[in-house]
Amino acid sequence: MTAPLLDVRDLVKHFPGERAFFGLGAAQPPVRAVDGVSFAIREGSTLGLVGESGSGKSTVARTLLRLIEPTAGAVLFEGADVLGLGRVELRALRRKMQIVFQDPYGSLNPRMTVRATLREPIVIHKLATGDKIEQRVRTLLDEVGLDAQYADAYPHELSGGQRQRVGIARALSVEPRFIVCDEPVSALDVSVQAQVLNLLAELQRRHRLTYLFIAHDLAVVKHIADEVAVMYLGKIVERGSAEAVYGAPRHPYTTSLLSAVPVPDPAAPSRRIVLQGDVPSPANPPPGCPFHPRCPHPKKDERCRTEPPALVEVAAGQIAACHFAREPMAPGN
Amino acid sequence: MTEPLLRVRDLRTYFVTERGSGTARAVDGVSFELYPGETLGIVGESGSGKTVTSLSVLRLIPEPPGHIRPGSYIEFEGRNLLTLSPPELRAIRGNRIAMVFQEPMTSLNPVFSVGDQIAEAAIIHQGLSRKAARARAIEMLTLVGMPDPAERVDHYPHQLSGGMRQRVMIAMALVCHPKVLIADEPTTALDVTIQAQILELLERLQRELGMAIMLITHDLGVVAGTADRVVVMYAGQVVETASTTELFARPRHPYTEGLLAAVPRVDTPREQLRAIPGSVPAATDWPGGCRFHPRCPYAWDKCRTSEPPLLDAGSGHQARCWLVTEPARRSASA
Repeated sequence: MTAPLLDVRDLVKHFPGERAFFGLGAAQPPVRAVDGVSFAIREGSTLGLVGESGSGKSTVARTLLRLIEPTAGAVLFEGADVLGLGRVELRALRRKMQIVFQDPYGSLNPRMTVRATLREPIVIHKLATGDKIEQRVRTLLDEVGLDAQYADAYPHELSGGQRQRVGIARALSVEPRFIVCDEPVSALDVSVQAQVLNLLAELQRRHRLTYLFIAHDLAVVKHIADEVAVMYLGKIVERGSAEAVYGAPRHPYTTSLLSAVPVPDPAAPSRRIVLQGDVPSPANPPPGCPFHPRCPHPKKDERCRTEPPALVEVAAGQIAACHFAREPMAPGN
Repeated sequence: MTEPLLRVRDLRTYFVTERGSGTARAVDGVSFELYPGETLGIVGESGSGKTVTSLSVLRLIPEPPGHIRPGSYIEFEGRNLLTLSPPELRAIRGNRIAMVFQEPMTSLNPVFSVGDQIAEAAIIHQGLSRKAARARAIEMLTLVGMPDPAERVDHYPHQLSGGMRQRVMIAMALVCHPKVLIADEPTTALDVTIQAQILELLERLQRELGMAIMLITHDLGVVAGTADRVVVMYAGQVVETASTTELFARPRHPYTEGLLAAVPRVDTPREQLRAIPGSVPAATDWPGGCRFHPRCPYAWDKCRTSEPPLLDAGSGHQARCWLVTEPARRSASA
């Protein structure tokens, strides 16, 4: 078994609590955005990280790229700890680890043409000089399926799908091994979303890329991920192969989440489990199992309210943090 | 056959664009009916005209730059909404026809308590006293499943979660027991578990109050689970309409067919998604002939030159596609 390309161990990010009353009042408890997250990604594969707003999935992504500094934990990339790197080493690492953001309109410079956007990283990382730069830009446009005529366009002249193609081309420009895709298709219409998902899959095959694919849409993740991790309140509650997690979920949160995804087929039996209440605040997570106040598992008991469940292996390569993971809940009917 | 509650005929809502580069024909000849007690799903992607259609029904289009063209007709309870005076219109808006918007945070007033905002319509339309209106607000919050309604009535929007804000929006819309509820992407900004709560709430309220719902959404999954009939919009036009079961079982328009193949699903094995090539054209410059022809896998000469009308495909199913009259073309090009 070869070592994974990325190995994240016990990652923690706590944001200090805000002070009430214009900063003069008592400090609120820290927000435990990411609270002990571990996973590994094999080269050439995709890990889908799913969860609702506030689950901490985007904080995980930003922390492991060191766009924000983690509170604790280790991130091993190609065997070296990313968290211990100095500025110069970090810059070299950024060549290998890239990110594609949700909103290509907000993450592209409105004053730069597509060509200028794609040239910049090539020049900074000295990946080509002279005519070779232009050649590289043209190859990148071709790779992401954009006509060469768009090189002189500004972001506002492009459609949402075209802008996201530019965002992907920019990430590819430095020939990375690993790309974080943070909700890359959430802002796109269905017909265009499929184009971009197919493009990401094609680029992965062609360049043996490794993806961390973050999304709130479970159906989208199913179509791209080899492995899936489900987050709730800063913790991974279930992780396993996509077949296992989608086919035989062991955590009641995963089961409920899957059952709540609307299916475009009126003939499909409705097995929707409607969870009550809202996601609690990560500044004040419930004691015991963080999911227990909303948990629909029929066997929920005192232990769930007091004792946090550990992530345990429930099947080959599948782990879940539930006291009843061995007696999984059936979807509703 | 029951009479429709709302009848939209040949609705055209145009916008004059800023740089004078032309007229955006956002809604361009839309017709449909809404029957009592039913849920009608209006589906389309960005730029299809679905939101402008719903805003036009309540005449909420800012003029200028927008205007509803002469010849358009929106009948509700025997009257053309487009010729009503402002006071007559106000008596209907928020009272007989109410609306829920996508963004509860921007549609709620941040400086008034949610109770005040729910009570407002009851005071205006039903002449309730402040005290009675407050009691009504608490009753409405209870109806929409708000926890601790007697306490929440005094809360401000920023103190509520996204799901609770959407419940407040629904309470506001329903306070006068409208005959028609227009819900424009009511769950799009919400997480999937909260979306399930709101969809369940809308279903329950419809059963209890017997209102008709016009559900505007881009999500075919939401439509499949809630609508009785569906109208599919593309490029400012209705391109297909049918009962929900019929539409999903036998889509007749290549655009509907393409959308269904492009949606990733959790309930089927993973496979390559079939994307629709290209993107939605600009409303200032709809393609000639069939507006979908540049993206259509079946298009032939006729589609490029001649615009199809909504053609009857039997059993209440209509599609704006020449394939309805020449079905053999489908197998020829596939």
